[in-house]
Amino acid sequence: MIESIDTSLVDWSRAQFALTAIYHWLFVPLTLGLAIIMGITESLYIKTGKEFWKYTTKFWMKLFGINFAVGVATGLILEFEFGTNWSNYSWFVGDIFGAPLAIEAIVAFFLEATFIAVMFFGWNKVSKRFHLTATWLTGIGATLSAWWILVANAWMQYPVGMVFNPETVRNEMDNFIAVAFSPVAVMKFFHTVLSSWIIGAVFVIGISCWYLIKKRNQKMALASIKVAAFVGLCASLITAWTGDQSGYQAAKTQPMKLAAMEGLYEGGYGLGLTVIGFVNPDKKAYDDGVKPILYEVKIPKYLSFLATREANGYVPGIRNLIEGGYPLPDGGIALSAEEKIASGKKAIAALDAFRQAQKDGNKEAETKARKMLQDNMAHFGYGYIQDVNQLIPNVPLNFYAFRIMVGLGFYFILLFAVLLFLIYKKDLTRIKWIQWLCLLSIPLAYIASQAGWVVTETGRQPWAIQNMLPTNAAVSRLQTSSVQLTFFLFLILFTILLIAEINIMLKAIKKGPEGEASTNI
Amino acid sequence: MNMGKISFVKVWYFYLNGFRNMTWGRTLWLLILIKLFIMFFILRLFFFPSFLKDKENKPEYVGNELIQRSAAYKNINIKN
Repeated sequence: MIESIDTSLVDWSRAQFALTAIYHWLFVPLTLGLAIIMGITESLYIKTGKEFWKYTTKFWMKLFGINFAVGVATGLILEFEFGTNWSNYSWFVGDIFGAPLAIEAIVAFFLEATFIAVMFFGWNKVSKRFHLTATWLTGIGATLSAWWILVANAWMQYPVGMVFNPETVRNEMDNFIAVAFSPVAVMKFFHTVLSSWIIGAVFVIGISCWYLIKKRNQKMALASIKVAAFVGLCASLITAWTGDQSGYQAAKTQPMKLAAMEGLYEGGYGLGLTVIGFVNPDKKAYDDGVKPILYEVKIPKYLSFLATREANGYVPGIRNLIEGGYPLPDGGIALSAEEKIASGKKAIAALDAFRQAQKDGNKEAETKARKMLQDNMAHFGYGYIQDVNQLIPNVPLNFYAFRIMVGLGFYFILLFAVLLFLIYKKDLTRIKWIQWLCLLSIPLAYIASQAGWVVTETGRQPWAIQNMLPTNAAVSRLQTSSVQLTFFLFLILFTILLIAEINIMLKAIKKGPEGEASTNI
Repeated sequence: MNMGKISFVKVWYFYLNGFRNMTWGRTLWLLILIKLFIMFFILRLFFFPSFLKDKENKPEYVGNELIQRSAAYKNINIKN
């Protein structure tokens, strides 16, 4: 008997996971971003011996503490959801997902939790250098936490270092290094952490500019802007490079995601990257011949260069990825989606035959089924695809989210560069427009970061694990109504937390720094 | 042994005094405790039990799930 899963259950389960991940990601990047800025300002305190830097550090540390307190453990809800809503997935990934998360919990979290106490309670009680070490180790602990979480996420995008065991129906890690240091994981880590530094920098600059607007705490505001603009400019330039590298990796490992980001239906050689454009609402099917993007402005050849590192390299579009037959970089010819689906169904049939052979004690049939499963395992997930259109992610969402992320990324490079010029060459306390621009840019940093995750996660649909397990096979057989209930519970809980964070933070900002950091110039 | 005891006492008082001298930190700790209570004693217990917890043979259950959710796989002849 073939049992189908209600699509609304999959949609609500995805929406619930997206909601919790989005809220969780409001807190994490500010923690990572403020950690680096606190570390630098406290290092300046140790280097110069000026109490001003101590009070400046304590002020940003207070905001770090508020954000950390509200955000801490919100990520655990995602783990609850894995066990309840995504149980097939949780079982199927086996120890691969569990190992990085366990390391994250044991090593990184305890490092963070130990030194955060020294950081907050240790002023004047431990030596200055030990306190500085604790501040940096708190930031390093938070960053290491991010590493292991991103390793787990990268594995879903690019599953490596494992073998599937049909006896346990689980993937088993056979190469820890391949999992922990896969090129996708490494680049994802740097792209994510550095983009978090941008959020920290924009946040510090925005709050400092608010003080300039209010003509308060000007000394601290100007000093903080210098530090944050420097951090922000370095981080945003490197983030642009890691973004380029991530695009190259997506072309190799998730070509459908790249095609969706570009709204590219027809592949070709020497293709340009769309800078500006609008998704044509009349485009209804991948093979209807309707022009997908209207009013597009392109950088000639750049998409080919991004994807292949050759100006005239071949980049497949959505139609090519569905129909196959295009040349692969290794000289082979790409399979069509239909061929992959047939291979996936063979893999699932082989799994069924293997289990039956085990029950019957038929060793010969067991060996034969295992061989067929191994031969087709690369396309296992395609066996759940009923219509090739299911393989196409949401093109408008990916197209616009990608452009929002990249566009804001370049806006921040310009903003940091202009700020550094103005702060060294002009009197920033008199330039109102830039003060307001910086203050209003705080939400833009969050929008850019969230847009990046939208591209990462919706661009890989329908896959929970790339090519191995689609969401409709990964989801638990629950009542849709129970998922809806918890969706709204989370919405309420997280919104209350967010309001609490904003309220406490606004109070702390209004109160401002103490000591020498509270003076005007 | 004595040195270890002294160090332990020092660390204990370091934390104790740190918590005692908190000002705005008290509100944050209250927030953390309420949040953790809601997460672990309400959400985890009543809304997010492990789905596979009561399944006696988990590989059997997940294997059946994965096989049954694939449409028309039965038409495949694995001898080919």
